[in-house]
Amino acid sequence: MQASINLPADPQLQYLLRIGDTCLILGQRLGEWCGHAPILEEDIALANMALDLIGQARGVLTRAGDQCPQDYDEDQLAFLREERDYFNPTMAELPRGDFAFTVLRNLMLSTWLKLLWERLQDSSDTEIAAIAGKALKEARYHQQHAADWLVRLGDGTEASRRRVEAALATLWPYAAELFAADAVDAAAEAAGLGPSVAALREPWLAEISAVFAEVHLPVPAEGRFRSTGRQGVHSEHMGFILAEMQHLQRAYPGGAW
Amino acid sequence: MNAVAAATRVDRAWAVLGQVPDPEVPAISLCDLGIVRDVREQGAALEVVLTPTYSGCPATEVIERSVVEAIDAAGLGPARVSLQRAPAWTTDWISEDGRRKLRDYGIAPPGPVADGGAVPIRIVGRRLAPVACPRCGSAHTERLSAFGSTACKALWRCLACREPFEHFKPI
Repeated sequence: MQASINLPADPQLQYLLRIGDTCLILGQRLGEWCGHAPILEEDIALANMALDLIGQARGVLTRAGDQCPQDYDEDQLAFLREERDYFNPTMAELPRGDFAFTVLRNLMLSTWLKLLWERLQDSSDTEIAAIAGKALKEARYHQQHAADWLVRLGDGTEASRRRVEAALATLWPYAAELFAADAVDAAAEAAGLGPSVAALREPWLAEISAVFAEVHLPVPAEGRFRSTGRQGVHSEHMGFILAEMQHLQRAYPGGAW
Repeated sequence: MNAVAAATRVDRAWAVLGQVPDPEVPAISLCDLGIVRDVREQGAALEVVLTPTYSGCPATEVIERSVVEAIDAAGLGPARVSLQRAPAWTTDWISEDGRRKLRDYGIAPPGPVADGGAVPIRIVGRRLAPVACPRCGSAHTERLSAFGSTACKALWRCLACREPFEHFKPI
């Protein structure tokens, strides 16, 4: 079996991995819908968005690998880390749930990513700024797609409404982590690499509230639960998704096609 | 190589690239698509600078290979490809010729990209810009899905001639 790689302790590296891993893990979750979505158009849409996200992850992970003394490539970072070395917010790794759950998570995370890419266009790292310029255009489409569907489901039937409300009850506690700034954010902000996630909270809440208002969905209050995926401490679901993602590279080291 | 010969080689390379089809939309060339940003001599090699269309476009690697092969086949090699991400590719770079070829192929070409973003700022309740049917020209059309067979296209249908068609998304 292929051995795991070790990461240097570097806040700027962790900052980039938090972004790249969000795209990677969410992309993997959306990819699970391929062949399973409720209608063909949505099957195609979800796979398309997964592809955009994997492409964004490739760019960011390649850049993160450049910053490791071992000069890791995107595949090593994607497939050969231990669970504790992945830094996506926990929300991204939760099982895909039903279509309402997927739509609501996409709305929450694509809005977050859109706001992040907007600010990363001014990154002191010109490569990251260039990736952000492209990714922003894609994230806008993802956000609109999710918002359109949230309105359709929220205003749809009793069953679709019930599913949206259930998805919100499950997902909302994980939203707080998206804005929980720490030393990694402070270091990135000080270096001009990117914004602290705390700066995204107000614009995120404003955009999410606007969509919720369309369907009279109340914005829940913030509770005390804090997920910790961005620290590398994940939910019980992370091991399973990594096992599926990593199996091939672990079993057939360096395998390519 | 002297300056005149270099210019000829670069000009000929542009002409060659104008014949290399996009692998996913073979009706138009890489030059029509606007992804060839520069062709220049770097030592003995010819460097072709490409800008990717979408972050995850699976055609990017095929395009790189076909560029190198086409330049080699024309006797202008060796060639190498470099990727330039900034400024990000926009459908505004698709040539007029490319737009006509798209329409002839049955794909509605993209409209101009709005200032400050490919799509309006409003998240919900926005109006879609009308897209004319590439077959009958009617503006009486509706969008079926914002995503299509490739990352760059959306699914539409014409309510006049009843034909479904693809629309190259403005981005």
